Amino acid sequence: MVNVIWVMMALVGIVFAALNGTIREVNEAVFQSAKEAVTISIGMISVLVFWLGLMKIAEMSGLLSALARLCKPFVRRLFPEVPANHPALGYILSNMIANMFGLGNAATPLGIKAMEELKKLNGDRDTASRSMVTFLAINTSSITLIPATVISIRMTYHSASPGEIIGTTFVASLFSTIAAIMIDRWFYIRRRKKGG
Amino acid sequence: MQIVQLISLWLIPSIIAFVLLYGTYKRVPTYEAFVEGGKEGIQIAFSLIPYLVGMLVSIAIFRTSGALDYFIQFVKPLVDPFGLPSEVIPLAIIRPISGTASLGIVTDLIATYGPDSFIGRLASTIQGSTETTLYVLTVYFGAVGIRKMGDALKVGLLADAISFILSFFIVLLIFGR
Repeated sequence: MVNVIWVMMALVGIVFAALNGTIREVNEAVFQSAKEAVTISIGMISVLVFWLGLMKIAEMSGLLSALARLCKPFVRRLFPEVPANHPALGYILSNMIANMFGLGNAATPLGIKAMEELKKLNGDRDTASRSMVTFLAINTSSITLIPATVISIRMTYHSASPGEIIGTTFVASLFSTIAAIMIDRWFYIRRRKKGG
Repeated sequence: MQIVQLISLWLIPSIIAFVLLYGTYKRVPTYEAFVEGGKEGIQIAFSLIPYLVGMLVSIAIFRTSGALDYFIQFVKPLVDPFGLPSEVIPLAIIRPISGTASLGIVTDLIATYGPDSFIGRLASTIQGSTETTLYVLTVYFGAVGIRKMGDALKVGLLADAISFILSFFIVLLIFGR
């Protein structure tokens, strides 16, 4: 999918440039944007080093798992098919907390562990269970506290206040997670009515 | 609406203070842990370079050739009545499909319109507030061998659409145009 989009943008652009007479601009843009990409990646180092460093302290002090325990009663209600104290819940919670703090790399292995446990609960079938769909709905809309990459891009382009979008991002992601949970419920009820 | 801007201002300092206090209280070697975690940040930033170079070049060709403008003109009559800036439509389409591609588009929008413009703020919020649905589905289901995804894709994409519309209203409400 990504391959198709990537190739299409470049090829359509080049054909367009030929028809539009903008090939000179395209030539210039190729090297200019490559340079810009490197500048942005380098600019990200400062924010990423600081944030991931801080989050290492949070992880080692047990703060992240304490947060996960705190959210447990709430999350249990979202997964009625998962028995209380089942390890799946622990993995789901740690994954959600890691996502919240922008720790994508830490979140993925936890999410995969959660899926493994959910699959066991579903009798090892290769069909997605209700809990799996709910988990992915929450995961793909995940609540974001600190969008570190976006902040660093805004810094690179001299925003007067790079962090000003933290609030809007948090509120948007909170509401979209609630929406995702509701859509998930709605689809579940629809499946049940169809007898599936 | 003051409260949302207050969150933006206070969230990071509060998290820093809390994490450091809690770490010290739990007797974590805070400074060493920080350095350890920070090394990971360098790695992530460097490994991002080829992704971003590839995407930004492709987007730049698409934009400077005039193809992007053509596409935007095409969708403009569809979104104009709602007050949505048509410039962010490509971002809305790409966001659920590829994280690096959308990061490239966000960068491009911020560079073109400025980080503190309406489009810049909206693009920042959209990028931050949702995950790459298709990637998450592929990785999570793929890793444990689930072939029939059920309603997962539909639920994920619908949630993305809602998140996009919500981002628009919230940015409009907090910052205005």
